[in-house]
Amino acid sequence: MRRALRSEQGGRIDRSKPLDFVFNGKAMQGYAGDTLASALLANGVRMVSRSFKFHRPRGIVSAGVEESGGLLAVDHGTGLQPIVRSTQMPLVDGLRAESQNCFPSLNFDLLRIFDVTRSLWPAGFYNKIFKWPNWHVYEWAVRRAAGLGRLPDGARSARFCHMNAHCDVLVVGGGPSGLSAALQAARAGEDVLLVELDVEPGGSLLHDASGLDGQPPLAWLARTLAELQATGNVRILTLATVVGYYDCNVLTIHDRVAAYRREDPIEVFWKVRAGRVVLATGAIEQPLMFGNNDLPGIMLAGAMQKYAGRYAVRCGQRVVAVINNDLAWRSVLALPGAGIGLDAIIDSRHSINDALLDQAREHGIDVFPGASPVAAAGSTAVRKLQFRDHDGRARTIACDAIAMSGGLSPTLHLYSQAGGRLRYDQRLACFLPQECRQDVVVTGAANGEFATPETYNIGSRKPSAANSSVQWVDFLHDVTVSDVELACRENLRSVEHVKRYTTTGMAADQGKTSNLNALTLLGELTGRSPGEVGTTTFRPMFMPVTMGAIAGVRRGEFYAPAKRLAAHDWHATQGAVFEDYGGWQRPAYYGSDRDACVRRETLLVRQAAGLFDASPLGKIEVQGPDAAEFLNRIYIHSVPTLKQGKVRYSLMLNENGIIIDDGVFVRLADDHFLLNTTSAGANAIAAWLEEWQQCEWPRMELVINPVTSQWAVVTVAGPRARDVLCSLAGMTDLSTQAFPHMSFASGVFEDGCPYRIQRVSFSGELSYELSVPANRATGFFERIWDAGQPFGIGLFGIESLMILRLEKGFLHVGGDTDTTSNPFDAGFGRVISNKRGDFIGARSLQRAEDRRNDRRQLVGFEVVDRDAVVLAGAHVVTGTGDARRSEGFVTSACHSPTLARTIGLALLERGFERGGEEIQLYDQGRLVTARIVDARFYDPQGERMHG
Amino acid sequence: MKGYSAFSLIRNALQGHRHWQPLWRNPEPKRSYDVVIIGAGGHGLATAYYLASKHGIRNVAVLEKGYLGGGNSGRNTQVTRSNYFWPQSAAFFDHSLKLYEGLGLDLNFNIMFSQRGVLTVAHSQHEIEMMRRWTNALQINRVDSELLTPAEIRQIEPLINLHSRFPVVGGYIQRRAGISRHDAVVWGFARAASALGVDIIQQCEVTGLDITDGAVTGVQTNRGDIDAGKVCIAVAGNTSMLAAMAGFRVPIVSMALQAMVSEPVKPCLNTMLGSTTIHMYVSQSDRGEIVLGGGADAYPSYAQRGGIPIVEENVAAVLELLPAFSSLRLMRQWAGINDITPDTTPIMGSTPVRNLYISGGWGTGGYKAIPAGGDTMAYTIANDEPHALIRDFGLDRFERGALIDEGAASGVAH
Amino acid sequence: MLRLDCPFCGTRDEAEFRCGGDAHVERPGQDVSDATWADYLFNHDNPKGLHLERWCHVFGCGQWFNVARDTLTHEIHAVYYMGEAAPERYR
Repeated sequence: MRRALRSEQGGRIDRSKPLDFVFNGKAMQGYAGDTLASALLANGVRMVSRSFKFHRPRGIVSAGVEESGGLLAVDHGTGLQPIVRSTQMPLVDGLRAESQNCFPSLNFDLLRIFDVTRSLWPAGFYNKIFKWPNWHVYEWAVRRAAGLGRLPDGARSARFCHMNAHCDVLVVGGGPSGLSAALQAARAGEDVLLVELDVEPGGSLLHDASGLDGQPPLAWLARTLAELQATGNVRILTLATVVGYYDCNVLTIHDRVAAYRREDPIEVFWKVRAGRVVLATGAIEQPLMFGNNDLPGIMLAGAMQKYAGRYAVRCGQRVVAVINNDLAWRSVLALPGAGIGLDAIIDSRHSINDALLDQAREHGIDVFPGASPVAAAGSTAVRKLQFRDHDGRARTIACDAIAMSGGLSPTLHLYSQAGGRLRYDQRLACFLPQECRQDVVVTGAANGEFATPETYNIGSRKPSAANSSVQWVDFLHDVTVSDVELACRENLRSVEHVKRYTTTGMAADQGKTSNLNALTLLGELTGRSPGEVGTTTFRPMFMPVTMGAIAGVRRGEFYAPAKRLAAHDWHATQGAVFEDYGGWQRPAYYGSDRDACVRRETLLVRQAAGLFDASPLGKIEVQGPDAAEFLNRIYIHSVPTLKQGKVRYSLMLNENGIIIDDGVFVRLADDHFLLNTTSAGANAIAAWLEEWQQCEWPRMELVINPVTSQWAVVTVAGPRARDVLCSLAGMTDLSTQAFPHMSFASGVFEDGCPYRIQRVSFSGELSYELSVPANRATGFFERIWDAGQPFGIGLFGIESLMILRLEKGFLHVGGDTDTTSNPFDAGFGRVISNKRGDFIGARSLQRAEDRRNDRRQLVGFEVVDRDAVVLAGAHVVTGTGDARRSEGFVTSACHSPTLARTIGLALLERGFERGGEEIQLYDQGRLVTARIVDARFYDPQGERMHG
Repeated sequence: MKGYSAFSLIRNALQGHRHWQPLWRNPEPKRSYDVVIIGAGGHGLATAYYLASKHGIRNVAVLEKGYLGGGNSGRNTQVTRSNYFWPQSAAFFDHSLKLYEGLGLDLNFNIMFSQRGVLTVAHSQHEIEMMRRWTNALQINRVDSELLTPAEIRQIEPLINLHSRFPVVGGYIQRRAGISRHDAVVWGFARAASALGVDIIQQCEVTGLDITDGAVTGVQTNRGDIDAGKVCIAVAGNTSMLAAMAGFRVPIVSMALQAMVSEPVKPCLNTMLGSTTIHMYVSQSDRGEIVLGGGADAYPSYAQRGGIPIVEENVAAVLELLPAFSSLRLMRQWAGINDITPDTTPIMGSTPVRNLYISGGWGTGGYKAIPAGGDTMAYTIANDEPHALIRDFGLDRFERGALIDEGAASGVAH
Repeated sequence: MLRLDCPFCGTRDEAEFRCGGDAHVERPGQDVSDATWADYLFNHDNPKGLHLERWCHVFGCGQWFNVARDTLTHEIHAVYYMGEAAPERYR
C-alpha cells in the first residue's frame, strides 16, 4: 500500500495485522479494521467500477450504506458475490474483489460507447423507439447491456438460518444517540436489543474526535459499553442491519456477522417482536449537483473525514470542498489535521459563520463564499474543478479530490415503513419524522438533532446554473438533471412518475443519495416546495438482503417436510417406490418396471389378495349428543338412520353445492361416529368441521377429534382377503352373515393389540380395512404378510389401487370432479332428492343453473380400438378446425389389465343421456374414438365385493 | 400527437431534448361529460382510449384520485398470457394478448412486450394429468401451448433444479406469452387517449355518485360535481367502496398481493417461470432484476404493503427451483390491492344502477387484460350491451350460480 | 406481520392464525330467494377501514374468535369471543 495515503498513526486499524487481498487480479494489502473501501483507497485505487447505464468511471463516494460507486463482486470465502458494498465489507485475509459492469476491462470498457452517444439515450428513450417490428428484436441486446453484477456460477452450499426474538426495546443504531437510549432503557430494567450495522458500536465516535458532553469520545464509548454490559439485560448485534419494519412492531434484521468470522451458518435473518422501538439511525449526507459530479475522487465530505479519522486514509493531497452547510465545514476542517491538504472551500452561502472562517484562515485554506461549482473535470479521476465565485467569474482550481456536501438527510426509511408520516423542515432542508401509530421514537440525527439553529445553516441544493456538463442526480442509474427536466417537460410531474420515468432512486441503493436531490429539483422545476412534492414510498428492504438468508433453513426437505408412513421402512424393504401424494410419501408400486408392477399388482388383487397401506386415509371422530344431527348437515346422505356398527358412503359439499370430499362414515355408538375422508382432505375437512361447529352451530354438543395419524390402516383386498384375516388370532367373525359389506367391528388381538375393522371396498373386491395403533404398524404388517403367504398375498401401491377403482367406476374426488362439480354431475341426484332437511350446499342445488341437463356429467367410456392409448386430460371434442369445441374431458383413464382394454371416465356435457354414443377424444393433436358405456366396467352387480 | 421514432429521437437529441411534447394534457374538469370513468389505471385509460378511437365518443373524463397508473397498473409483475382453461376466458385473454402484440405500434409508444414464453412446471403425475387437460383445452381454444419433458425444460431454463423437494416431472410453455413494461402501457394509453380529446384529471377523488330514479347522472368529487351520461367504475381494489356509494354489494374481497425484486444481474432467466406446487412465479426484467410474484397476505387489506411471512415463503419457493439465486439480494417488496372474486374471473358490464358500469374483480390478472378490458368495456358502454367476449362476465352470474371458475382445472397459478 | 391476541392463548404471530373473513354473517334458511342466497354466499361489505372478521388460532388452541381490525392501517382494535356481539363502538 502507498505509505503516503495512510497516516503513520491514528485510526482504528491494527497495523500489526496486515491483510492480503486481491483487486482485479492485483495483490494489495490492508489492515485489520479496514473496510474493503478504505483498503482500496489506501492503495490509491480511484476508479473501482463502471456505472450501470453509461459505463462511466466510478469511485468510492461514501463510507456507509449509501455507497453508490464502490459496488463490487467480492469473494470473502463463500464464493464470488455480486454487488457487494465495499464500504460495508470488513476486509478479511484472502479477500478477492472484482469490478463490475465493464467489458473487457475496467480501464478499457467498450460499452463506454453509451456515454459517448449519451444524448441519444435520455430518460425513457426506449418508450420512443424500438417499436418496429417488435421489441423482442432489440431486447436481447438491451438485456445484455443491463444488469449490474453476474450471478455466481453454481449453487452456493452456504447455510443460513432464522432467529426469533422478543425484547422490550429495540434500539436501531449504535451511535451516541442509540447507546444513550439503550443505556436509559437498560437502567430502567428493560430488556434491550441494540443493532448496529458496523463492526462495532460507536458510530461517529469512532472517527470524530470532537468530544461528547465534554469527554473524549472513545472514553465515553468505553464507559457506556461497560455499563450496558453490566446491566445484564442488553444484547448487542453488530454487522447486522434492521431491514424491515412491519405491523405490530415486528422488525427484521439481516445479521452478517458470522460470515466475517467464517462461521456457519453464515447469515442469520432475525424476526424481532419489540415492545417499543428507538430509531437512532442517523442521517445520510447528500451530494451536490454540478457537472461531472460523479467522477472518482469526488466524495461526501463526512466520508472523507471518516476515512481519515477511522482508517487513517488520506483520500487526497489537494482537496477542494464543495459544500453548503456548517456541519460539512466541521468535516472538512478536520482534514488538515489528518495530513490532508485542503486547498479551498467553495460554499454557495454568502454569509458564513466567523468562527469557521477563522479556522479556515488558520489552516491557510482559500474560502469562496457565495460561489458555486460548475463542473469537475478528469477522465478516470477528478483533476480540476471549475466554479463561479461570488462575482460570477469563472475560475478553475486543480485538485485530486473533492469533498462535497449538500447537507444531511435523516435516515427515516424504517420510520416510514412503520407507517410514520414525514414533514419537510425548511430550515434543515430535509424531511423529519412527524407522527406514527406504532410505538416508536426517533432520536439523534435521524430526528434532525444534528444541529441547533445557531450551529446549522444550510444553503442551496439547486443544480448549478446553465451548464454544458452533465450533472448527475442518481449515480447508480446514471440519471441526470436533464432527465428530470425532460420528465417535467413531458408532464410526468408526480414524484412517482419522475421516479418511474427516469428510474431515479430505483437502483440498488434505492435512492439513498438521490431521492432528496431529485425531489428538490422537481420542486424547483414545478414551483413546489419539497414538502409539497413529497417522497416516494419507502419500502423494505432498507438494505438488500441475501435471498438465502430470507429462506433460512427452508430448503429441500425442510421446504416442505414429507409425511412418512409408520411402516415406511418396512415398505422400503419390500421394494416400494415412493412418490409424493398430498404431502405423504407413499408406495406408488413395488418393484422396478412401473407398468409391469402395476399390472401384476392389479391382477393379484383380482385373483388372490393384496395388502395396501391406507394409513393416510383421513380419520375424524365426532362424538356427542348432537353428533348425528351435526353430521346430517354435513353429508348429503341421511346420518341419523345409520345403525350402530354400520358404514355408509357419502359426499360433503361446500355451501355453493360443490363436491369437496367423499368417504365412508361409521356409527361407533349412538353418539359417536368415525369419519373417513380422502387422504389429501384429512386436515382441511377437520378444520372445516370445526369452523361450522364453532361459528355456525356453537350450541350443538359434540367434539371433533382428528385421529388420522393415530391409526395405521391396512387394506386387505381380493377373493382370499377373508382367509388371510381369519387366520389372525383374535379376529372377529368375518363371515358375510355376521359381517356383511359396509359393517364395522372392533376387537383385540391375542397379543393385546386393539384393532378396528370395516368391510368396505375401493377395489370392488372383497375388502377389509383394518386399523391398529400407529406405533404397532410394522409388526402388524409383518404378521399379516406372514399370515397371507399361504394365500398368495402381495403388496399393491397407489397406482394399481387407482386402476382397481377405475375398473369399478368409483369416484376419485379431485380427479373425476373439479371445483364446478356438484352431486348431480357425479350421479348422486337421487340422493339429493331423498335427503330431508338442510345440509351444507343444499340451497345452492336448488338453483336452475345447478340442475341444467347440459352440465358436464361423469360417464364411463371405452375406446373402440381396444388397445388405443388414452390419457387422463384428453378432451372430448366435436367439430373440426376452427369449429372444434370441447364438450368435456377425460378425468381418469387406463388400460385395464383385468378387462384388457382401455377404459376411462369423463366429465361430458349431457353425458347421462348419451349412453352408447361414439365420441372423439383429442390429446395433443391426436384423435381416438371411444364409446360411452356404463362406468361400472367390472362386476357391475358388485357380486365380488358383497360375496 | 407528435409521433415517436428513431428520427424524432435523433432530431430531439440534436436540440437537447428541449422540444418534446407533454405525454398528456392536464385539463381542469368540465361540468359535464358523456362518459366519466373512475380510475386512471390501465383499464380506465384503455376504456377511454377505445371509446374515443373506436366509438367516436371523445367527451370523456378519466378521474384519478392520485396519479395515473399509481395503483395495480404500476405494481404488478408485468405478465401477459392467455393460457386460460374455459373457452370464454381463453377467448377474452387471447384477444388481449393479440392487442398487446400490436400495442406498441398502435399507441406509438414502446410497451416493450417481450414474448419470451411463460413456462409452468409440474411436480407429480396428478399435476401432469391436469396439465394435459389444460393444454388440450388451450389447443382446442386455439391458444398456443406445448407440453415439455424435464430435459426440454432444462434446455430452456438451465438454472432450474429438476431435483427439488418436489421433482420436476414435466411442464408446458405458452411461447406467445411474456412480459412488458407496465408503466409504458399506462402512459401509452394515457398519451393516446389525451391526444384524442379525453380529459385525464389527476388528484380528483370521487366522493359520491348522483343517482336519480335508479340511474346514475353524475359524480361528486373533491374538485366539484361533474354530470355524466354514463359512469364506469375501474378502480380494482377499491371497487367495493364505489359499489357501496352506488348502493349495492359486490362479491369482492380486497387483499394485498405482494411482489418483490432483487438487485439487477446479467441475463440468467429466459422465461416467466412458474409452479403451483412450489408456489412461485419469477421472471427477469430487462434491467436485470429478478421479479418475484408473491402470494397475497391472507386477510383483507387496503394497505398497499406486504408482511414478512409471504416474502419468506416466496423466496424459499424460488430457491427450491432456482438455488443459484441464493446469493442474490432482495432489494424491495411491495403490494397492490387485488379485488378477488370467488371464481377469479372479472366482473364486467352493467350494474343494478342504470348507466353505471363496472370493470373490476380483476384479482391477480388485471394487467394482462388491459387492452381487451378497455376494448370490450368501451363497446359495452357505447352500445349499452355487453361485448360478446364478456357476456358471461356479468355481475348477475353470481345470483344464477353460473361461475366461471378458472381454479377448477388448475395447474396454473391464476 | 400481524400479531393477534388470541383470547385463549395470548398474543401470537400471524402465522399461527387463519383469517376466515367476515364475522357475524347470518346463514339464511332454505326458503330464501336466489338473490338473498347469492348475497350470503358471495357478497361482502369489504370496507376500507374498520372490519369485523373471524380468525382461528389454527396452530394453537384451534378456537375461532372475532376481531375488529382496520383494513387500511392493520390496527387491531378489539378481540372478542365467537357468538359475542362486537363492542359497541366498533359496530
